[in-house]
Amino acid sequence: MTNKTFLALAATLGLTGAALAQDDPIKAGFIYVGPIGDGGWTYQHDQGRLALEEEYGDRVETVYQESVPEGADAERAITQMALGGADIIFTTSFGYMDATNAVAEKFPDVKFEHATGFKRDHPNVSTYDARFYEGRAVLGTLAGHLTETNKIGYIGSFPIPENIQGINSAYLHAKEVNPDVEMVVTWAYTWFDPAKEADAARAMIDQGVDVILQHTDSTAPQAAAEEANANGGRVFTFGQASDMAEFKPEPRVASIIDNWAPYYIERVGAVMDGTWEQQASWGGMAEGEVVIGEITDAVPEEAKAAAEEMIANITDGSYHPFTGPINKQDGSEWLAEGEVAEDGELAGMDFYVEGITGDIPN
Amino acid sequence: MDLSAISPTLLVASLMVAATPILLAALGEMVVEKAGVLNLGVEGMMIMGAVTGFVAAIESGSPWAGFLAAAIGGAAMALLFGFLTQVLLSNQVATGLALTLFGLGLSALIGQGYVGIKANSLGRVDLGALSDLPFVGRVLFGHDPIVYLSLLLVAGVWAFLRFTRAGLILRAVGESHNAAHALGYHVRRVRMTAIAFGGACAGLGGAYLSLVRVPQWTEGMTAGAGWIALAIVVFASWRAERVLVGAYLFGGITVLQLNLQTAGARVPVELLSAAPYLVTILVLVLISIRARRGGAAPADLARPFHAST
Repeated sequence: MTNKTFLALAATLGLTGAALAQDDPIKAGFIYVGPIGDGGWTYQHDQGRLALEEEYGDRVETVYQESVPEGADAERAITQMALGGADIIFTTSFGYMDATNAVAEKFPDVKFEHATGFKRDHPNVSTYDARFYEGRAVLGTLAGHLTETNKIGYIGSFPIPENIQGINSAYLHAKEVNPDVEMVVTWAYTWFDPAKEADAARAMIDQGVDVILQHTDSTAPQAAAEEANANGGRVFTFGQASDMAEFKPEPRVASIIDNWAPYYIERVGAVMDGTWEQQASWGGMAEGEVVIGEITDAVPEEAKAAAEEMIANITDGSYHPFTGPINKQDGSEWLAEGEVAEDGELAGMDFYVEGITGDIPN
Repeated sequence: MDLSAISPTLLVASLMVAATPILLAALGEMVVEKAGVLNLGVEGMMIMGAVTGFVAAIESGSPWAGFLAAAIGGAAMALLFGFLTQVLLSNQVATGLALTLFGLGLSALIGQGYVGIKANSLGRVDLGALSDLPFVGRVLFGHDPIVYLSLLLVAGVWAFLRFTRAGLILRAVGESHNAAHALGYHVRRVRMTAIAFGGACAGLGGAYLSLVRVPQWTEGMTAGAGWIALAIVVFASWRAERVLVGAYLFGGITVLQLNLQTAGARVPVELLSAAPYLVTILVLVLISIRARRGGAAPADLARPFHAST
């Protein structure tokens, strides 16, 4: 090819490229911390992505990358997606916080949406989160009713505010229906590692825990409970992030489901209309972002009724799971009678409430 | 902290389950090394066993078919290593490392459509009244069949190496392949058989992870178990009964650290999680010190053999 034809070709391509850009679909990118088949957290984000495609059809194009480790590799993956022409990028795990902000600085025209974080260093970074603690309150109520050994286990992922809110919320509401309840917390230091999660669940079951809540994303703890039940145990679990329906009617007796579809549709729509603005979104049951999955018949009727009433009260805003009087672990007052926790305080929660033993690791 | 919450019975029972994958893999690798071959690809063979076992169990609906496929999958990987190192005389260390990397990648590819699926697991063997005995009932008679298989294999390998003529030949090949060759034994054939056995054991160990212990498939789910198995072979100074001790010791620490955390021990979680690996390193250092005064490694370990030399 001579230089001249090459230039001509390049010019033609360039022109058609520019012409196409007019009605290019919006490209939405997703960075996932686990595989889309994890059956939990990442699966739900991917369902949100699919809902986006369903809603906008040809007007949107989505790309995603699975199992991106939190850390240096995340920055590379996000950069690559931005270079690949994404208009809006959803980074769907807490650990992507710094990487998201670092890449956002380099790509001011790309919109970034970081899930569960609190850093918005640049005008093109928004954060979004769901009020999982609302769901945990319902699960805590059920757990308090179900436990016979009075030991409830919580498999934490990382000691970050989101987990601590969940632990506190679940404990407070379990204690409300069962004052003798004890909370056993194990930190797995991973979001998704079936082997580790299964081992953690087994250690809990071995020590007499009979209701397990998990803040990690795989179904392995459910499988461990199922195995224990097959051998004469009595252990209950809750689906995490996704319904985990294959473990119904027990050990899985209910689930806390993340529904990201409404948010993704709204935000990508805003990019299309040019109305996208930085924000910190925190939707809960009222917005339909936190949903409680089917409560199975393994749960006694009165417990089910109590849980359903709580769902109704949280959804219509008449009840806040963190309503005083609540003391901190050391006995000092946190919320006075009737006082409701402020969002800012919840977002940075770094203490256990009174009654939970053990320390939060740094 | 409430240490009384930790039940010794359940602790021992869980440690046996936690140790079984590394026990199987280490036992296989020990036989391979006894024959004078160093296969560093244990991790790769384990993960291939985990994925082929899981896929076969899902497709056929039978965990037993899964374990069979895992043994075949592991052995196939091992024979690839055998072909490269025994026939083409490639460097064993480099080939073994390559086998691990290859296995991790290939298993991720094969397992792509199988993430998050639930497999039928093996139930515990029901031994009736025996399983109801206090302590020993749960520890000795309350396991799934693979735990018993692994214990039988330990006894079998021990007896094979100690009492049989074939075992003697295998050891001779490992100690001095030239002498064995001069006596008319087929060095390469013996080694290939040992390598295939080692691969099958590693494959079974991997499948135990994906079919019983977790039971699920995830990319990279062996998480270094193959390397631990290699360390245990050295720790055991190439003796079957000590492989058992080493594997159970390691499994015990793994389970104990989780139990301590659950019981609320005031020890940093990070330190507890790292404990099994710290102990492994410590043991290897101690063994190396002893090894300088003679050692127990087969004399021709990792040396290439060609009939012309």
